[in-house]
Amino acid sequence: MSLLVELVSPERVAFSGEADMVICRTTTGDIAFLPGHIPFIGVLATHPVRVIRPDGEVVIAVHQGFVEVSPPDEDGRTRVTILSDVAELAEAIDVERARAARSSAEERLRTDPADPEAISALRRAEVRLSVTDAA
Amino acid sequence: MPGAQERVLRRRIGSVQNTKKITRAMELIAATRVVKAQQRAAEARPYAEHITQVIEDLSATGADADHPLLRPVEQVSKVGVVVLGADRGLAGAYNSNVIKAAEREIMAARNDGLAYDLVTIGRKAKAYFQFRNYPITASFEGFSEKPTFEAAADIAARVIDLFTAEGGCDRILLVYTRFISMGSQEVVVRRFLPLESVERIAEAGDAKAVAGFEFEPSPGSVLESLLPRYVESRLFAALLDAAASELANRQRAMKAATDNAQELILKLTRKMNQVRQDAITTEIMEIIGGAEALAGDRDEPGELLLSHLDADPFPARTGDHHATGPDRI
Repeated sequence: MSLLVELVSPERVAFSGEADMVICRTTTGDIAFLPGHIPFIGVLATHPVRVIRPDGEVVIAVHQGFVEVSPPDEDGRTRVTILSDVAELAEAIDVERARAARSSAEERLRTDPADPEAISALRRAEVRLSVTDAA
Repeated sequence: MPGAQERVLRRRIGSVQNTKKITRAMELIAATRVVKAQQRAAEARPYAEHITQVIEDLSATGADADHPLLRPVEQVSKVGVVVLGADRGLAGAYNSNVIKAAEREIMAARNDGLAYDLVTIGRKAKAYFQFRNYPITASFEGFSEKPTFEAAADIAARVIDLFTAEGGCDRILLVYTRFISMGSQEVVVRRFLPLESVERIAEAGDAKAVAGFEFEPSPGSVLESLLPRYVESRLFAALLDAAASELANRQRAMKAATDNAQELILKLTRKMNQVRQDAITTEIMEIIGGAEALAGDRDEPGELLLSHLDADPFPARTGDHHATGPDRI
């Protein structure tokens, strides 16, 4: 028995593969899924999602979205689908660009601390960077 | 030396040839981009399907929240029209078709005495309505050929705003071109908001939802954050369809233009050759006429044309024959 993990962003399926465990953070707290988990739908927070595989760990930057655990299929595999507006694998992240985005967002926040765009840009950049650090 | 008319024709052929090169290049570019656009549309499908799936699951648990996006229309007093056009022309009737359909909707709203909000996407759609003094509520441009999800999210946010705002639209229509195949696209007018009830959305999907899901934080709040995503994904799908249609139309238009240019070149070349031949014939006639006239004057036919054969064939040997020319006769 294993988990079948799919990371689906609006533009394409960013990742798909088997895993032993998926750890993510919903708006109410962290949750981990093991094979055989009961059907579940949760709203994700902006936070890295960790996919534990036999040969290592894949870390995905998720900027809000949903996680759906479907009931086991005929082969007894539990399907975990992560739906996210912006979902990136750690290796797909441009660290330099994320750093630049972070500093420019910080710059904007200094002049206008309530700028909602800058706040979310800063949060996105920080998640990207924390994901690359973890990988 | 070519005559004036021939020169004009030659110049025109050159210019048509240049135009043909451009249209040919545009045709090839559009052809490759259509394939890419279709691919993008296919890649975007899993997300839309999964979102629908989650809505199905929610529906199975009986969650039908009283969400503003689901608010049914009782009395329509204001409609919103969102028109998806292109940023650039040269795509045949693509823009004018979709714009005409949107204009019809606006006219219908006006005739019913309703207020309306107009949202244009694409430079061409904006230009058309701006020129005709329609009030444009919002406009987006710069991505019609290659829409990004962020663009779709921006538009969706604005459209949801129009719908949920106090005194906002009661119904929002989406006018775009549906991509059926390379050879056929059709302009469609779809109701975009309010959404159908959750059950109706679920029915549209392949209903194999199982009850017994656990929701975090709660079914209602999941639905609440899910519905805007659903709207975004529907809009994104429409944008991708429109992009593929635009490119298919452009490819067809440019192919027709290239064929026409080829035909025009052929016609002009024939004309030019005819004109040149006419000029040559006229010249020969003039020479012969002139020669005969001169020969008639001397009463010795043939003398003028043949006399030089009797002269020294190599006058150049003696040196500067140009200066001594006249003594040959």
